[in-house]
Amino acid sequence: MSDNLIEIRDLSFAYGQRLVLKGINLTARRGQVIAIMGNSGCGKTTLLRLIGGAMKPTSGSLKVDGIEMGQIDQDALYQMRRRMGMLFQFGALFTDMTVFENVAFQLREHTDLPEAMIHDLVFMKLNAVGLRGAHDLMPSELSGGMARRVALARSIALDPMLILYDEPFAGLDPISLGVTGNLIRRLTDTLGMTSIVVTHDVQESLKMVDYVYFVSEGVIEAEGTPAEIKASQLPYVHQFVHGEENGPVPFHYPAPDYAADLGLAA
Amino acid sequence: MMQTLIGHIRGIGRRSVDRVWRMGVAARFFLLVLLHSGTCFRRFHLIIREIFTAGVLSLIIILVSGLFVGMVLGLQGYETLQTYGAEESLGVLVSLSLVRELGPVVAALLFASRAGSAITAEIGLMKATEQIAAMEMMAVDPIARVVAPKFWGAVISMPLLAALFSAMGVLGGYLVGVVLIGVDAGSFWSQMQAAVDFKEDILNGVIKSVVFGIAVTIIALFEGYDAPPTAEGVSRATTRTVVTSSLAILGLDFVLTAFMFRGV
Repeated sequence: MSDNLIEIRDLSFAYGQRLVLKGINLTARRGQVIAIMGNSGCGKTTLLRLIGGAMKPTSGSLKVDGIEMGQIDQDALYQMRRRMGMLFQFGALFTDMTVFENVAFQLREHTDLPEAMIHDLVFMKLNAVGLRGAHDLMPSELSGGMARRVALARSIALDPMLILYDEPFAGLDPISLGVTGNLIRRLTDTLGMTSIVVTHDVQESLKMVDYVYFVSEGVIEAEGTPAEIKASQLPYVHQFVHGEENGPVPFHYPAPDYAADLGLAA
Repeated sequence: MMQTLIGHIRGIGRRSVDRVWRMGVAARFFLLVLLHSGTCFRRFHLIIREIFTAGVLSLIIILVSGLFVGMVLGLQGYETLQTYGAEESLGVLVSLSLVRELGPVVAALLFASRAGSAITAEIGLMKATEQIAAMEMMAVDPIARVVAPKFWGAVISMPLLAALFSAMGVLGGYLVGVVLIGVDAGSFWSQMQAAVDFKEDILNGVIKSVVFGIAVTIIALFEGYDAPPTAEGVSRATTRTVVTSSLAILGLDFVLTAFMFRGV
């Protein structure tokens, strides 16, 4: 068994004619928490979807646990996904089911476990995210942070080898933010999983990840450990980490001359 | 001038190609739903749930509308029939109109606006909130788990609702014709019994409502599944479901009637 769970080599992906990812190289070792950062629209969510097999690479190689995701058929993909979890941006809980049923969903769909055992497993997963007491609530009764934690419990229901997180920190208050960050780290370590976190929350993610990839306009602009990233002098990384208004990513959307637009040109 | 004209012609061409393309996608979607129906028949409780949401929750509107349509038929029919001294045939008029035409058609139209729009909105919102994508990521096929049970739930509900609509209509006609106006109850029921044929009328009505049920449901499901995942996208898709399925019901009704009662 290779030490690397995910190996991406020279991966490119295009929506029709538009090239979104260009020559990506990325490796995730087992047990690591990897962050993929970049500004909105840089292609990081696309990269996550490619790893999850929702789309196929246009060229290059993308291996998850040694299996080439570009050549996998539907059955094998579904087999692979049983060993993957994904946390969506706003949780994507099934709104017509209770918290308990949401977490039990995969257990009921994919296993023939007796109901008593499903009950125990669901309560264990909910306890791990601190929401055992909320098992009979509906998703509409949860706060944003709670919904995210229930979704996390749901994604670890089958003890996956890999969890993909799409913007897990978006729209959370500072307490929920810290809780979610700690949970990701703790669950990764205790369950022996690998986590890929797509985010633009620099401060929270640098606290808990092992390695960071910076994506900008479809290429990996920089990579390194959190300490290396903090110390980076690359203009794009510097602007991103320190949240500066101007830099390689300009404040203004490309526009003609301001004076000309206001009719002030001589 | 020439440029604008060419632009318009191109626009018409593009829209026509788009329509045909969408119909092809919808047909493929229909086949996929049929192919993935095995799971939901093995887990019949999924279908039962959908029969409840599509069928049972539509009961009130269907029953009340059926009663009123029957009452209006009773009034109008009596007015016309008494001109010829044939008011005893009121039962025949009411029941045949309902069983052959109004039952299946009006029930399907109501079903499209009550259950069809709900199906589209639900699936569209599930897509917008990434519930469908989440299901796929959990290695559960959303067509088999969500779409197929809704399809069969609605298709099973439709003929039952149409039958209830007709039954309530006959009751409405009886209330107005016999109880209110005073048409002879014996001839009302006996003429109805003599005139309504099981195969010619009732079975054909059932076939119609099954066909309408399939059409409405597949349109509703496809529009929801195909809706852009935004608030505007879902609202447009819901509107399209009601408009398209109403037109489909009326169009199909003409074709089916032509085959059934004229034997074209």
